[in-house]
Amino acid sequence: MSTILSISDLSKTYKGGFTALHPLSLDIERGEIFALLGPNGAGKTTLISIICGLVNASTGRVAVDGHDSIAGFRRAREQIGLVPQELATESFETVWATVSFSRGLFGKPPNPALIEKLLRDLSLWDKKDNKILTLSGGMKRRVMIAKALSHEPRILFLDEPTAGVDVDLRRDMWRLVRRLKESGVTIILTTHYIEEAEEMADRIGVINRGRLMLVEEKDALMRKLGRKQVTVTLASQLAALPPRLAERGARLGDDGRALTWIYEPARVQAGMPGLLADIAAEGLTVADIDTRRSSLEDIFVDLVKGAQ
Amino acid sequence: MNLRAIAAIYRYEMDRTRRTILQSVVAPVISTALYFVVFGAAIGGHMGAVNGVPYGAFIVPGLMMMSLLTQSISNASFGIYFPRFVGTFYEQLSAPISVVEIVAAYVGAAATKSVILGLIILATAALFTPLTVQHPFWMLGFLVLTAVTFSLFGFAIGIWADNFEKLQLMPMLVVTPLAFLGGSFYSIDMLPPFWRSVSLFNPVVYLISGFRWSFFGTSDVNIVVSLLMTLGFMAACLAVIGWMFRTGYRLKA
Ligand SMILES: Nc1ncnc2c1ncn2[C@@H]1O[C@H](COP(=O)(O)OP(=O)(O)OP(=O)(O)O)[C@@H](O)[C@H]1O
Ligand SMILES: [Mg+2]
Repeated sequence: MSTILSISDLSKTYKGGFTALHPLSLDIERGEIFALLGPNGAGKTTLISIICGLVNASTGRVAVDGHDSIAGFRRAREQIGLVPQELATESFETVWATVSFSRGLFGKPPNPALIEKLLRDLSLWDKKDNKILTLSGGMKRRVMIAKALSHEPRILFLDEPTAGVDVDLRRDMWRLVRRLKESGVTIILTTHYIEEAEEMADRIGVINRGRLMLVEEKDALMRKLGRKQVTVTLASQLAALPPRLAERGARLGDDGRALTWIYEPARVQAGMPGLLADIAAEGLTVADIDTRRSSLEDIFVDLVKGAQ
Repeated sequence: MNLRAIAAIYRYEMDRTRRTILQSVVAPVISTALYFVVFGAAIGGHMGAVNGVPYGAFIVPGLMMMSLLTQSISNASFGIYFPRFVGTFYEQLSAPISVVEIVAAYVGAAATKSVILGLIILATAALFTPLTVQHPFWMLGFLVLTAVTFSLFGFAIGIWADNFEKLQLMPMLVVTPLAFLGGSFYSIDMLPPFWRSVSLFNPVVYLISGFRWSFFGTSDVNIVVSLLMTLGFMAACLAVIGWMFRTGYRLKA
């Protein structure tokens, strides 16, 4: 794999002195899907905006396929498509005209066949002659995606592509992203929906308060941190945890009824029956059992909380 | 040079004019026609010739210039302000286009509209008063030069403005008075010496004077001075716009 986007020591202090991004370095591999996760105000949009030329960096530099984003802005930007977070569209233009305009803006010769395919893929074909102001919000977002793809970018930035989008469209979007990846496009997306990152990303970066806290392969991250937790609700209250259960590493909740135990999924066979046997041996009655796998969300919340 | 991008923006801007043909062309033509009725026909009948030119014809270049100034400024300032206001300008900022290309496209479109409008007004005026243009080449030259210069000025205003009030403030507060006092309706030679000297600080005087010379062969100030002043103002606008893009002033955070 080779690096297609190289970010080095990039930082941003806005006018007024607020530092939205502390010096940050990151390499994006050709053809990967990289998910940037972070709470509101973490600096995700700021980072993307600097790379795409909407915001001036305070320090650092960005290279797109070897081209400096400022000195070689033409070659750098040609390769980038951006779908910003905010819905911003023309009103009186038609869908067809606005998408064709975008292609021209990026210096590409007209290609009606390509634009037709894009609009069909995004279920916008029957709206192609509609004025944009007659479209719904979700359709407008799709228009913005079509605009970003109109010049056949090699790198696509999706800043919260599925915010305010219904379930169907979200599935469509995921399918589109996978198809783009198959055709070799590198995709960088930000999202608040952890399941989205979990579903799609090859690698995940967590950003908080302008600092990149972690960058990991998604699978490794899930393996490393993706534990399972079982919660056994007891029929009656316990004053203290029996030593036998404490030795296993189980914990008793404040209410004296919820017994929680965390285990590695790989060793569940060995652990679970033993735990249940011990509970029975203590003469306790089980009212309910609930198991769940810790999700990226827990990992994320832990990371972000830990930093505060 | 990203010529396709220039063409895309230019075409977009011209389409916008076509959509808003009423504001863009019809309104200025009507207001100019009203000026002719009031100043040319009603008042002009009681005025003598100015520098040997009948008053009705004398005011034609000034009226054209006035429309040219206000329309260039409003077209160009709106053209750049609006995409910033609705947030679609992100696309231009993220596209592989240089400042020169962006300016050429927006200012080119605004200036084209103004020149077309100027010619329409000229045709309208010809219906009211007999007209001959002594130096048609220079007339067109001044028309284009003024349209480009004030479209640049408008472009800078469109970047500077961060609300609609400011967008209208400059044209109303500065440009209209300067145009009125720039000799649209009189020769500055008709003024007392003191006010004549004051007028020489008004850049519009040079535009109107030069333009009028191309019609009638007479002018208030030397034609070369007119030309140099216009070019100087244009250079100043270019410098300001260059600085705005270099620093990202109100375009980039
Ligand atoms: N133009 C600006 N001027 C000053 N501060 C800004 C500006 N834009 C963003 N900020 C601040 O920078 C910080 C990061 O903002 P940013 O938009 O990058 O966050 P984000 O991670 O995209 O958040 P969200 O998930 O809400 O979209 C915020 O505290 C924000 O208030
Ligand atoms: Mg954001």
